[in-house]
Amino acid sequence: MLTYLARRILLLLITLLVASLAIFVILEVLPGDAALLILGIEAQDDTLAALRAQMGLDRPAALRYLDWIGGLAAGTTGISHTYDVPVSQLIGERLTLTVPLALFALFLSTLIAIPLGMLAATRRGRPGDYGVMGFSQIGMAIPNFWFAILSILVFAVALGWFPASGFPGWDAGVGTALWALVLPAFSLALPEAAILARVTRTALLDTLGADYVRTARAKGLAPRRVLWGHVLRNALIPMTTIIGLQFAFLLAGSIVIEVVFALPGIGRLIFQAVSQRDLVVLRDVILLLVALVVVVNFLVDVAYTAIDPRTRRAP
Amino acid sequence: MKTMRIVVAIAVASGLAVLAAPAAQAQPKDSLTIGLTLEPPHLDPTAGAAAAIDEIVYANLFEGLTRIDENGAVQPQLAKSWAVSGDGLVYTFTLKDGVAFHDGTGFDADDVVFSLNRARASDSVNAQKQLFAAMDKVEAVDARTVRITLSRPEGALLFNLGWGDAVIVAPESAANNKVAPIGTGPYKFDRWVRGSQIRLAATDEGRAIRKVTFRFIPDPSAQVAALKAGDIDAVANLQAPEAVITLQADPNFEVAIGSTEGETILAMNNTRPPLNDVRVRQAIAHAIDRQAIVDGAMFGFGTPIGTHFAPHHPAYVDLLAAYPHDPARARALLADADQTDLKLTLKLPPPTYARRGGEIVASQLKAVGITVEIIPVEWAQWLEQVFRGTDYDLTIVSHTEPVDIGIYARDTYYFNYDSPSLKALMARLNNTSDQAARNRILGQAQRTITADAVNAYMFQLAKLGVWRKGLKGMWRNAPVQATDVTGVRWE
Repeated sequence: MLTYLARRILLLLITLLVASLAIFVILEVLPGDAALLILGIEAQDDTLAALRAQMGLDRPAALRYLDWIGGLAAGTTGISHTYDVPVSQLIGERLTLTVPLALFALFLSTLIAIPLGMLAATRRGRPGDYGVMGFSQIGMAIPNFWFAILSILVFAVALGWFPASGFPGWDAGVGTALWALVLPAFSLALPEAAILARVTRTALLDTLGADYVRTARAKGLAPRRVLWGHVLRNALIPMTTIIGLQFAFLLAGSIVIEVVFALPGIGRLIFQAVSQRDLVVLRDVILLLVALVVVVNFLVDVAYTAIDPRTRRAP
Repeated sequence: MKTMRIVVAIAVASGLAVLAAPAAQAQPKDSLTIGLTLEPPHLDPTAGAAAAIDEIVYANLFEGLTRIDENGAVQPQLAKSWAVSGDGLVYTFTLKDGVAFHDGTGFDADDVVFSLNRARASDSVNAQKQLFAAMDKVEAVDARTVRITLSRPEGALLFNLGWGDAVIVAPESAANNKVAPIGTGPYKFDRWVRGSQIRLAATDEGRAIRKVTFRFIPDPSAQVAALKAGDIDAVANLQAPEAVITLQADPNFEVAIGSTEGETILAMNNTRPPLNDVRVRQAIAHAIDRQAIVDGAMFGFGTPIGTHFAPHHPAYVDLLAAYPHDPARARALLADADQTDLKLTLKLPPPTYARRGGEIVASQLKAVGITVEIIPVEWAQWLEQVFRGTDYDLTIVSHTEPVDIGIYARDTYYFNYDSPSLKALMARLNNTSDQAARNRILGQAQRTITADAVNAYMFQLAKLGVWRKGLKGMWRNAPVQATDVTGVRWE
């Protein structure tokens, strides 16, 4: 188990290093001059040169890469070109929104999907099953930004139950803050729930037909105990994989939702950094997201071994 | 299965019901929340061109020696009066008494000297450094008097000093103004929740609006939703012209359609063949139907222009008749120039006026036999390829700086227009301080660039202000890109 973990962690670090190089090179070839974007179309050449020097953009690319990685290894991030504050501070501020939002959406999607999946699996071929599968089809087909706009029109503009956009901040009170996140979380959760309901149904159906389930039934266990104790437990592996992937997706993929709801999250930070060519911010945030995906995958793998001891022996 | 039903019911209900929280509270009458499209990168107007900076700090937080009012006229601000020498080279300003910066430090002539010298220094990162180009010496005569000596007359000096880029800062706090701005205005910086909002607080008790919150809502339809849901009280410049009709019909809101400094032009690369032939440029000017572009791309909001000048300015000359929409004339000019099967590219930056307007321009040019290939570009790409690299045939962009016809006299500017007669006019303008004489020169400059058909002039952007009924004192026009709330109150 220890060697397994050590090998996985080493692999993780190599992945991050390769990713950092790729990120840096890709951002280098991106057209656009950050200094020109800051100073605009009236700026004069000497002003631009002064700003480029101030931003360190006149140093060779290799040096700038080493500055970046060296800084990260020493635990410091760069100073954002546009905001003029450390990137770590920006990321920290944004994560206090994006992580709770992703967890909230994940919670909602699981809460919706698992009962629906169970309902569909236990009523295979009956109206309940068709209903769930229909919901899932619609949920996957609806673009989440469209659902987001629709929910703003209905629940914020027409009914006035929720704010249309924005985030009051956690210091406004947990209730108020969460209230502002209900519509965005639902918009994020809906397509995820649709997929997860399908996965749950399939996983349950697979296990429902397994020998040990027949044995459990033959022993005379109540159907409910068969479902919860045997079927669901064994269906957890594919479901955990999907949930893990979904969490990474929710963190990285909330750009559109954050823009629609004007939420100050990581997604919008990326959006702004791209449009303002704030490469200092961009490379740190992208690397962070890569790290999150890699770490979540790693944790999901570790979770497998907890759920099913047999996977521990796998290579 | 009964359990199933309960579980499903909980799942569906929980999202709405479990998280019961207080609903939005009623708006107290001494605060104001304004929706803005863009978040400023930082809050130092002397270190960046982003209009979003001035949208928040201009007149509210920072003040200059002079200021520009709602109608574009120069007014005294930190300087209560001034005298100009007969040769127009020496300006002597008398400063207001009893002014302090928000951190308590006093304001005097040394702050003015510091600010102006900082802006024009060789290592300055001021985006509008040319505003200070004529200054030779800035000195403090005494604590309340500043003398500016020019190396050449600069007729626009008082106007230039009213720009956001020329605000007065204190040496003690200037370095931190990007994140913790300290100015002399009636509102001081309170809090910035990055990505979300910036809050200002009034410095004196008597002010009608004590708290101002600027909320950043990038999506135009989200701005409308936020207005209707009561999240915000006003949008100073709505980016969704399609929503204006419904907002005008809504009794809760007031819609004010004003003017901006944004001349929206179909810019042409004057040195690239065949656009180096004036007949081709004139043909393009005749081919476009300005009103159709305003109607189709901007839902009718915008004023057609015939030259690079704002119609609300006293020096404006109506040159719409110079190039009326005349496809036959356009075709004749093209035939005359031997351009029968012309193919051109049109690079379009992201704003709505460009992307939507570009489609219409392309179809209008098609009608006179010019095939246009539309290339959408991002803003950063536009700056690098079109603006810096002048690698383009046609592009659409709005020039939002006030009275910026001087760009036509620059040696390297992206339309690559080089006219000795216009340069001579601009030199004369710089040497003239008399307003009537200046207006005459500006009129000649407008006629010159229109005669040369440097660009095809489309329309002046409108300012679509929307706010809750009862809010008074918001600017209708935008002569500078500011959201001046110093005179705003609830009634």
